[in-house]
Amino acid sequence: MMNAECRVESDGERVVRAARLRSSLITHHSSRITQNLRTMFVNIRAQVLLWAAQRISAAVLALCVVAHLITMIYAVRNGLSAAEILGRTRGNPGWFAFYAAFVLAVSIHAPIGLRSVLAEIFDWRGRGLEWTVFVIGIALAFLGFRAVWAVFL
Amino acid sequence: MSTLRVSVWRGQESGHFQTFDVPRLESQTVLDVVTHIQNSLDPTLSYRFACRVGMCGSCAMTVNGRARWTCRTHVSKVTTGDKLEIGPLSNLPVIKDLVTDMAPFFDKWARARGRFQGKQTRRDDFARVPPETPERRLADAAIECIGCGVCYSSCDVVAWNTDYLGPAALNRAWTLVNDVRDTDGRARLVAVAGDAGCHACHTHMSCTERCPKKLSPTASIAGLKRATALAALRGEL
Repeated sequence: MMNAECRVESDGERVVRAARLRSSLITHHSSRITQNLRTMFVNIRAQVLLWAAQRISAAVLALCVVAHLITMIYAVRNGLSAAEILGRTRGNPGWFAFYAAFVLAVSIHAPIGLRSVLAEIFDWRGRGLEWTVFVIGIALAFLGFRAVWAVFL
Repeated sequence: MSTLRVSVWRGQESGHFQTFDVPRLESQTVLDVVTHIQNSLDPTLSYRFACRVGMCGSCAMTVNGRARWTCRTHVSKVTTGDKLEIGPLSNLPVIKDLVTDMAPFFDKWARARGRFQGKQTRRDDFARVPPETPERRLADAAIECIGCGVCYSSCDVVAWNTDYLGPAALNRAWTLVNDVRDTDGRARLVAVAGDAGCHACHTHMSCTERCPKKLSPTASIAGLKRATALAALRGEL
């Protein structure tokens, strides 16, 4: 059943209307892509290396989290006091190296993941995003290393 | 004869579902249902199809919430009751009713450098690519894509990231990366790498689950991730 609107519209007019609609949809879509590519701050190679860094840091984190959980459960089950724990970590290069690697992996992994999350949820790309996650990474590293240093010294 | 209650999307980006009663037939496909509506109930309904045998990739639509090729989808496969909901593909602009604008989808194939580029001329002999070589096997595994857009429509990352090339374009690029005759390798790896390329994939695997040709774009994308990461480490990107 042809509706009234279609009956009064000639074939020519309908073709023009369809072409306009298509053109407006494509223009809208392309301009968004161009805009996003223009605001790209980190080059392609760096984007791939960030991806690789996140995968490698994830592998390190998988090991560190397991070791950390085992350590925590051991400490709690054996009723170790804070002083006893510090007695084992202070001056111990092994624990220092382990937790330094842990903090480094977190400081690399979290900001890169956050970068994707923020880009996808808020459609946020470009310089502002890169600096934001960079600062978060530095902050995580600073806080983490301060804690590692505190239990080592 | 029983009857199907079919809700069909009418309009463009904004619109509504219109309900039609369609006779239920044996071995009826979803495309048969849509065709019946246009032929017998409402000739203003717009939809797209061509081959009707699963070769051309024209007739993909969203059926009961999932992207499917409608010509090879029996009604009995998607509903045990009498209700069917048919809409246009997601993640693409709707032109009218069940017709989406596929331009963004194919533009991304072009951006992914999905076109073969060789160096031989018509005067050269045929290239011989032994079927058992690893490259040929990898290309074979991904080559049967019909460009229906089901994977693109099913992909969460496409919905979240407008720039993302999508599973089909990346799958196509992977076949060419493995084509020993192709000479555009490095430029293609640059085109498919990074935040808008294969590294945006979260491996949700909706594309692989829903591909009507049973391909695995996820595996192709994983291959591209490895190839581009190696190229980046070598300083070739």
